[in-house]
Amino acid sequence: MADKNEFLLRIITPDRVFYENRVEMVEFNTTEGEIGVLPGHIPMTVIVKPGILHISEAEGEKKAALHAGFAEILPESATILAEIIEWPGEIDEDRAKSARERAEKRLSSKAPNTDIAKAETALQRALARIEVLK
Amino acid sequence: MASMRDIKRRKSSIQGTQQITKAMKLVSTVKLQRARASAERSKGYFNCMYDTVNSILQRVGQIDHKYLTSGASSRKAVIVITGNRGLAGGYNSNVIKLVTRHPQWRKENLEIYCLGTKGRDAFVRSGYSVRECDAEIVESPLYKDAAALCDRLLTSFAEGEIGEIWLAYTNFKNTVSHIPTLLQLLPVQASGAEGGSAEKESAAVMNFEPEDSEALDMLIPKYVTSLIYGALRESVASENGARMQAMDNATSNAEEIISDLTLKYNRARQGSITQELTEIIAGAEALG
Repeated sequence: MADKNEFLLRIITPDRVFYENRVEMVEFNTTEGEIGVLPGHIPMTVIVKPGILHISEAEGEKKAALHAGFAEILPESATILAEIIEWPGEIDEDRAKSARERAEKRLSSKAPNTDIAKAETALQRALARIEVLK
Repeated sequence: MASMRDIKRRKSSIQGTQQITKAMKLVSTVKLQRARASAERSKGYFNCMYDTVNSILQRVGQIDHKYLTSGASSRKAVIVITGNRGLAGGYNSNVIKLVTRHPQWRKENLEIYCLGTKGRDAFVRSGYSVRECDAEIVESPLYKDAAALCDRLLTSFAEGEIGEIWLAYTNFKNTVSHIPTLLQLLPVQASGAEGGSAEKESAAVMNFEPEDSEALDMLIPKYVTSLIYGALRESVASENGARMQAMDNATSNAEEIISDLTLKYNRARQGSITQELTEIIAGAEALG
């Protein structure tokens, strides 16, 4: 029954099962760069970086903003343990835009006590949110 | 024998109490259902997290990593999750006892992080050093708050202020059984033989990107956060379960006392009627 071109994708957050279905491909951003996962992938654990998650189902494509977590990839399945993930409908565009401005300002001001890494993550998050809304 | 009026007053006061306990029981039943549903929804996440971290630890064996070896300090941080309110049977005191009655722990070496005011009150009273107290987090556990707490703890751990991090919470097994549990968060203890062989099979071929130690750096904070958050969820469910049980007992005890008092009241009433009759008859006889 199981189609060879599909694998089981599960996305779990601390509060709910965000997504669970058979998919053809999933793409997202990791600490090592963007990756695309197809069925039969070698077993791998990767750490997620803020970015857009593309899910290719048989019926079409889905997008979500994935911000933090990690993923466990196996040949027949993939599990993403996401700390923060949002469907486009759940994103507040104005908030994301103002967050981007704040983060950019903090990065450009170069004040001595700025937490650069934190500001960069915030910027990446805001960008991912805005991108997924387009 | 108590007078009829006294008995009646006592009965109505107990009836009042019974109404309150009954209402409290209903409220905590509803809250329990909600808390249990959300605890179950999040369970998948924690199980998965636990399995993954364990399989990584088994693969890497004993490497020298800052989160795997205990710090130089002998101080221990203990996160204690209690409720903000009483009237929940032994729920609060059982968790507190886990810490105060621990055979090896000395009061001077502990830093208490309280979640819930009942725990704070008890620890302050008996002279423990309470570092932090958060009451809000117990009312509505948010992952964000757990992450912030975890962040502060890991910073103290990295700076060598504390050598170990423990978590005292109540495990929600089912509606009637809640187990106070003490869990060591850091340094991480790889789980022993149980389920080890099955884990190894899948772990043998697992690849990591980035490398093990770097992955651990990022995973362990998430792991600790998720344990704290999971414990919070379970504790909230346990608190409501314990309160439901306690209030159920109180209601049935009240029921018992009321039926006892009703019997006494009826007896007293009958006694007074008999006495009146005897007096009337005696009076009539004296006149006749």
